Amino acid sequence: MNNLQNGYNDPLEAIESGRINQLSRREFIKLSGVGAGLALAFVSVPFSKSVAAASEGSEFNLYVQINRDGVIRIYSPNPEVGQGIKTALPMIVAEELDANWEDVVIENSPIADEYGRQRAGGSRSVPLRWDELRKAGAGVRAMLIEAAAGEWNVPSSEVTTDQSKLMHASSNRQTSYGAVALLASELNPPAVDSLTFKNPEEYRLLGTRITGTDNMALVTGKPIFGIDLQLPNMLYASYTKCRTIGGRVVKANLDEIKALPGVVTAFVLEGTAGVPRFDPTGVSITPGVAIVAESTWQSFKARESLKIEWDTSEASSDSWSDHVASAAELRGQEGSTVLAEQGDASQVINDATTKVSSQYNFSFVSHAQLEPQSCVAHWQENIMEVWSTSQAQLFVRGSVADLLDIPKENVIAHQLRGGGGFGRRLNNDYIREAALIAQRVDAPVKLQWSREDDMAFDFFRPGGFYNMQASVDENGKLNAWNSHSIAVSADGKEPNVAAGLRPIDFPREILQHYKHTLTLLPSKTPTGPWRAPSSNSYAFVEQSFMHELSVAAKRDHAEFLIASMGEPKWFREGEDYSLNTGRAVNVIKIAAERAGWGAEQPAGRALGLSFYFCHAGHVAEVADVSVDRNKKITVHKVWVVADVGQIINLSGAESLCHGAVIDALSTMMGLEITMTNGRTEQSNFDQYPLLRIGSRPEIDVHFVDSGYSPTGLGEPAFPPLAAAVCNAIYTVTGDRIRGLPIRKSGYTI
Amino acid sequence: MISLSVNGSTQSLGDIDPETPLLWALRDTLGLVGTKYGCGIAQCGACTVHLNGVPVRACQVKVGNLEGQDITTIEGVANEDGTLHALQEAWIEHDVPQCGYCQAGQIMSAAALLSANTKPDDDDINAAMAGNICRCGTYTRIVEAIHTAAGKLDQGDTA
Repeated sequence: MNNLQNGYNDPLEAIESGRINQLSRREFIKLSGVGAGLALAFVSVPFSKSVAAASEGSEFNLYVQINRDGVIRIYSPNPEVGQGIKTALPMIVAEELDANWEDVVIENSPIADEYGRQRAGGSRSVPLRWDELRKAGAGVRAMLIEAAAGEWNVPSSEVTTDQSKLMHASSNRQTSYGAVALLASELNPPAVDSLTFKNPEEYRLLGTRITGTDNMALVTGKPIFGIDLQLPNMLYASYTKCRTIGGRVVKANLDEIKALPGVVTAFVLEGTAGVPRFDPTGVSITPGVAIVAESTWQSFKARESLKIEWDTSEASSDSWSDHVASAAELRGQEGSTVLAEQGDASQVINDATTKVSSQYNFSFVSHAQLEPQSCVAHWQENIMEVWSTSQAQLFVRGSVADLLDIPKENVIAHQLRGGGGFGRRLNNDYIREAALIAQRVDAPVKLQWSREDDMAFDFFRPGGFYNMQASVDENGKLNAWNSHSIAVSADGKEPNVAAGLRPIDFPREILQHYKHTLTLLPSKTPTGPWRAPSSNSYAFVEQSFMHELSVAAKRDHAEFLIASMGEPKWFREGEDYSLNTGRAVNVIKIAAERAGWGAEQPAGRALGLSFYFCHAGHVAEVADVSVDRNKKITVHKVWVVADVGQIINLSGAESLCHGAVIDALSTMMGLEITMTNGRTEQSNFDQYPLLRIGSRPEIDVHFVDSGYSPTGLGEPAFPPLAAAVCNAIYTVTGDRIRGLPIRKSGYTI
Repeated sequence: MISLSVNGSTQSLGDIDPETPLLWALRDTLGLVGTKYGCGIAQCGACTVHLNGVPVRACQVKVGNLEGQDITTIEGVANEDGTLHALQEAWIEHDVPQCGYCQAGQIMSAAALLSANTKPDDDDINAAMAGNICRCGTYTRIVEAIHTAAGKLDQGDTA
């Protein structure tokens, strides 16, 4: 139950925590012994702009090389899946390096232990790299200054920098970074505690709008995604698994398949026992039949002729309708497992005149990242080389090595751009499948999942239920809270990955009487992190319920929310990942003000408000919604006000908020994965109606300049939206929506 | 033996199965991987290309029907002088892509729209782009970028 105490509910954090602590103490400048290993790795990076150019550059540290001609090559360590990290992280380096952005060329770094947390998850890439990358940039700048000072025979303190140039004002001398790079790179790196950093007001890059580093390649169709990689003599594989999750192969018509056009070979992967679990680090393999062919189409076509006998005796028999029935029986009740309790919430609520009791539910959903899973793997001379889009690259080498029972040094991993992630690529299941298939083939192999594979064999955002009870006192003040999380569980001990454990701090920290309980529903359906795990669904529950309470208390919703926060304070003093009530109130007030909260709205139209804190981000959203008599809604505009500290790339940050609003609207409106007897009932986008362009609202994004260090933005703008829209619908119609997606309540967009 | 014109040059697809979708012929046979696989059932639009100037889903077009036809992909949408199409420029200017996976298809749909309608309003854009999903939710900037490109084309820039 450690996740309960973990404000960001990230299932991978525990695995990583040892590593991160170790890295935070590390001196990042000029790590010994790294150069040789990296040089080898560069040679096999397939999309590197120019391997020759890279080797001509002077290497300063893991992140920076500077060529004589002034090109500054910055290596971006973390996986790019659309969150803009490949632009944002190098911006941090370039800022402290005082580099001219025009001189900067960005490349993916190799996958190597020296790069630490090479992962995209938990909205943590920026905050966890912040100090390290500032040091990397400032360290190189100090070395360049020292080299120029030596050349000019002046004190280092008299040398200044500006946009890739070095100046000595009193003698009116100037040189470029490129001109002194070689000399500078041979100096001893400075001690970390001697480095100086810019004040935020001196920033030239951070907080400005920088277009994505890969945009030119993207708009011209260059091969940069995982699926785009082509190697000489490469073969193409499909992998067919049991649609009843966890079924095993008894036998298959492999001889017939091998005779089909273009098929090179076909074989069974026995796999590991049990239903698949979220497993980024381990060796689990879902059983299935691999078909290796000369083209993707031939490997897909051959699948249609596959006849597989499955053993489903150990497979999932889940049905969503069973969960719904179980939850209905628990309506109004507390759970038997008490997760947190203070005071006597049951009694206070029982005695109260003004109280609300509601049950909320939300569906399983698929990640549906637009690029279906693929991975290229090549086995030669006991070395496995994999090119993947993993969001958890730091675990790829170890996981593949353990699977194949070879040393980790014998696994070379490369990171390629992922066509969306949303948490799906945190699992390394498809990479292990590719490696195991490639080990049996004398050529590089690209494993390609179909969209149907992707939807059927996802590690879903878990569906679930919450019973919510609370009361307000005679002054309309929230005074007791009793929440009950009804969550799916495979082992009967803990909720499945990312299944509901919330709430965390709010409202426990503001109430004398508070209780939170848990009931587990048996479920084998694989689950995993999905953009803002648990918050992506619980925020709808909490913030709809807060609106219910404000209505019951006959108080203005914004005023009620603000009052519920109390005095400005950190809920957990000294912890950045703790809610700060002052920051919360601030974003709520600004959002209300920008949206014109309180002004009279046209008939059939209303504003809805929501606030949520997760991933260290404080975000308030207001939705302007109209509803017609056929329950067709129009979301005219959404205001997003976020306090995530220092903004890195304003363009990217604003875009992430746009995307979070669209994604959240898409999900709350129509997205649902259901299963019957262990089989996923949706298989493609015709049954999974992602939002189309015509349904987009206008979106107004505002970032609060709070002076805090940066925190991540991949997730925290998602959770508040659903409640904001549903609260507006309530205000228009009086219909309280307590289930997602709202399509099931008859609403369309 | 099927031969067709792709981005202005004649390409032979060898002894390919005529049932092969154009999508996979482009990607695996011709190495033109800018056209993306998203769903395979014409729902997402990631594989949008132009067939004789008309936007189609390459996952639905069999190469056996394409003898002598004229295909344009994202790799060939730039101007003949090698400069970027106004849409490509606008996509960079507005920093449209997040993951970017759908954007080639978005640009191909938008290019077809602008070649038929030089001053589209939001309704025109919504209709023309309805077949293209952006899972990351970059619709706001897609619309802005189309307006920007239309404005530039209208001022006489080459298309």
